[in-house]
Amino acid sequence: MIHFENVGLRYGMGPEVLRDLTFDIPKRSFQFLTGPSGAGKTTLMRLLFMSLKPTRGLIRMFDRDISMIPGEELPLLRRRIGIVFQDFRLLDHMTTYENVALPLRVRGKDESSYRSDVIELLKWVGLGERINVLPPVLSGGEKQRVAIARALIDQPEILLADEPTGNVDPPMAQRLLNLFIELNRLGTAVIIATHDLTLMDRVNARRMILSEGRLDIYD
Amino acid sequence: MTEPADSKRDSGRKERLVTLRPLAPIVPPVNVSGRALMVVIAIMSFLCAVTLGAVTMVQEKAEAWQGDVSREITIQIKPEEGLDMETALTEVRDIVLAVPGTLSADIVDRASTARLLEPWLGEGFDMDELPVPRLVIVTIDETAPPDFAAMRQTLAEAVPAATLDDHRAWADRLIAMARITVFIGVGILTLMLATTMLTVIFATRGAMAGNRHIVEVLHFVGAETSFIASQFQKRFLLIGLKGAAFGGGVAAAAFVLLGAWQSNTIATALNDQATALFGRFSLSGAGYFGIVGIVILIAAMTALTTRLTVIRTIREIDRQRADPSLAEIG
Repeated sequence: MIHFENVGLRYGMGPEVLRDLTFDIPKRSFQFLTGPSGAGKTTLMRLLFMSLKPTRGLIRMFDRDISMIPGEELPLLRRRIGIVFQDFRLLDHMTTYENVALPLRVRGKDESSYRSDVIELLKWVGLGERINVLPPVLSGGEKQRVAIARALIDQPEILLADEPTGNVDPPMAQRLLNLFIELNRLGTAVIIATHDLTLMDRVNARRMILSEGRLDIYD
Repeated sequence: MTEPADSKRDSGRKERLVTLRPLAPIVPPVNVSGRALMVVIAIMSFLCAVTLGAVTMVQEKAEAWQGDVSREITIQIKPEEGLDMETALTEVRDIVLAVPGTLSADIVDRASTARLLEPWLGEGFDMDELPVPRLVIVTIDETAPPDFAAMRQTLAEAVPAATLDDHRAWADRLIAMARITVFIGVGILTLMLATTMLTVIFATRGAMAGNRHIVEVLHFVGAETSFIASQFQKRFLLIGLKGAAFGGGVAAAAFVLLGAWQSNTIATALNDQATALFGRFSLSGAGYFGIVGIVILIAAMTALTTRLTVIRTIREIDRQRADPSLAEIG
């Protein structure tokens, strides 16, 4: 599904922050991406989300070389990827419900077709009582769960989550992890970038460890 | 049949939980920068509409002068020995009336001639003691003017003392002056329009800068550029339309009120001074139509700038994608 081959990336004239990355993300796979702060996890997530192009190497997404994909096709490909940003990126003028429904709304779907799904998902992530609340009123953990629900709502083929449990308590982290596992069971490939060793120990999944720009994979 | 109390309570609770407000617009309603943009657009539209109105008034005034001068010609008969002035005047009048393109010919009578000369010769002078020329004022059809050369020729043969003045020299000067006035007016209007457009463009871009994160989120959740652009365009078209309609409306109302004030205070000192300085404040249908045109143009320019800004923002996001040195280090 995703194939990286000798991928390297540098910012400007600086040193390479990612070096010689070669790996595959198979369909329906589950993996953690980890490593010390500044190792390049977010940069790698951005490469996976096609919001950065590598300075060298080849990346194939959905059997296509991403360097050959024209800009206007990117939104259509991104619809197959769900992403949870580290900084959430919620729209402050929209309620929890509206933020989660946004990906469906921009795809032109009718509200009546997704209303119950969105509400059900919000209840699952523990926000059933916060459906009509605006993000500025939400706590960090609640915002994180809204961002996760938004990424999951259209059952993407790939889920990229950058520190998705960074702001929640352990029971909620477990609950969210269960949600990712359930989603994975339904066919979504999941990549979770995290520092949280406890979280990783809860699932027997592939670990991709970034260190000084290099990647080691432990299956 | 009645439901059990618990079941009722549950369904009531579910109903309460799923009560949602109507979907918020994708682009947030007008915020501080949007309101500031609306005020800028209103002010610039007002100035633009006032300039357009003033230029229209000047142009119409210039056309009126030009028309007044070229609609009339004068035939002057100088007194000569043995010339019967009254017969000559009648003869001249009959000759010119017979020429196609002449609408009327009026002899300026003795009393009127005396009044014309009064500023120079004073009251009560005897016209018979002075060789005072007499005039015939001829009104011509502007659309099909008479052949002045032929008319001059016929007059010279019939009444040698008569000379025809077709006001060509005055008309030419006034036409030149009117053209220069209109040219300057159009120049000022062009500068005003350009300034308005640039102000609207920069103000719109400024207001849009605060919405970059929305464009980015929409782009990342899979919205196509055309979708994002049309959402923003709709919102900003409304802002532009409201601002421009307010500014243009105030300008149009100002012309109507000033015109009404002038009509209702004729012959007062203030009105006379204002009229002498600025002329009549009446705006023709074309002037009001032009103001409506300005409103539409400014609103359209706001919407177009918004669309282009959204497209440029998305291009920038994609450029960062292509050139990591432009992106934030993550």
